[in-house]
Amino acid sequence: MENFNVNEKRFISAVEKALDVAAKKLPDDVVARLSEMRDSETSLSAKAFYDCYFENMDKATELSRPICQDTGVVNFYVKVGTHFPLIDSLEALLVKAVERATQSVPLRHNAVETFVEKNTGTNLGTKVPYIEWEVVPHSSELELTIYLAGGGSSLPGRATVMVPSAGYEAITEFVLDTMVNYGINACPPLVVGVGVGPCVASSARLAKKATLRTLGSRNSSEVVAKEEQKLFDTLNKIGIGPQGLGGRESVMAVHIENMARHPSSFGVAVAFGCWAHRRMTLKISDTLDFKVTTHKGVTL
Amino acid sequence: MKKILTTPLRDDDIISLRVGDVVYLSGTLVTARDSGHKRRVMEGVIPSTDLKGGAVFHAGPITKKTGDKYEIVAIGPTTSMRMEKYESDFISLTGAKMIIGKGGMGANTTAACVRDKAVHCVFPGGCAVVGASEVEEVVSAEWLDLGMPEAFYTLKVKEFGPLIVSIDTLGNNLYDQNKKVFNQRKQQK
Repeated sequence: MENFNVNEKRFISAVEKALDVAAKKLPDDVVARLSEMRDSETSLSAKAFYDCYFENMDKATELSRPICQDTGVVNFYVKVGTHFPLIDSLEALLVKAVERATQSVPLRHNAVETFVEKNTGTNLGTKVPYIEWEVVPHSSELELTIYLAGGGSSLPGRATVMVPSAGYEAITEFVLDTMVNYGINACPPLVVGVGVGPCVASSARLAKKATLRTLGSRNSSEVVAKEEQKLFDTLNKIGIGPQGLGGRESVMAVHIENMARHPSSFGVAVAFGCWAHRRMTLKISDTLDFKVTTHKGVTL
Repeated sequence: MKKILTTPLRDDDIISLRVGDVVYLSGTLVTARDSGHKRRVMEGVIPSTDLKGGAVFHAGPITKKTGDKYEIVAIGPTTSMRMEKYESDFISLTGAKMIIGKGGMGANTTAACVRDKAVHCVFPGGCAVVGASEVEEVVSAEWLDLGMPEAFYTLKVKEFGPLIVSIDTLGNNLYDQNKKVFNQRKQQK
């Protein structure tokens, strides 16, 4: 920490603490939705699974331990004002916070260098933690979303590019097929993020962003919002239940993020969040006042 | 009443189990994931814990080391399907009787369960603190060069579960059955 000034140290400590809470406590909207799903469940085995989820959440709080052993690859979604005072050192500060949290939380070692196939043992690796940047002109604030991307929910993600004649029904088919044949193994009930754009990369990026929205929020376009609701209803009628062993519903939420496409191509991607959807959003002012918007009562 | 099985598991303990049954495990449980399975099956490296009649957990825990003793901070299942490529050989090479993970496994593992009288069970995914509270002791830690999640840990567990039988010795496969139902419902949309 000796290379950092007072403000930087304060920032690192707060993000380290945020990573600790993010690993041990689910956001309010996820807890509320799980609770609703547990209450509406009629199958005894599905109810037993939900009870186990809640027992696990209680124990995680009581013993101050990560909810799930897979604390994921740390993802940061950064919306930074061009006048935010720590903008120049931000990346180094986030990396340092992950390094420290790996010891203090503790987080599982989840950065394996590809091709040489070596676990770095620090959660730091090439382009890891993963950081996505959005720059906000004329602002001096920072909005930081932390997402712990587990392997189980990353594994079933899929993206493809279709011909336009395939039509929007093909998207529905792709999402349903991915959910039933791959998502089933990924700790349902899942958050389903769908991205639609011109190529695999843009669609996949949108799909991941879609999983990070507040559960049940709707796309600002009425047409897209209707598609979200349709997919949500259709998926829930399949009754995949917790852990894929059957139940009244299948998913916590379906969100679609879209953009304009090329006339000749039609990209679609599906990304998932598991029931232990560990995401946290912080609003940080230029005086380094931290506000957690996703977890009531948590201060950093 | 809780049905509790104790290691070493015998054929008689296993053949009466049917998909959907809920059981708990006491005794010895070892962890092995992608690299552990590969090391045993492809490279022929044999861990110090004998797996005859044993139980194997597809899991990569968070561990804490104090002195030379390991402690489990959090442990839960990982996606079993990733080990499908190795599991049949792993079962026949080791004599393991119970494979624990999450989600389903494929035709090769199902055939191995019939052939060698073994079962696959699921532990509720994401319930890693419940899992850790059922581990009494880390007996040993090997293959640490594979990294924290992939190392081979031998654990002493007490009433570890709930474990839901997902493949039984008759070749029933709960996830295959469910997938069929879910795919039918998908067509009915």
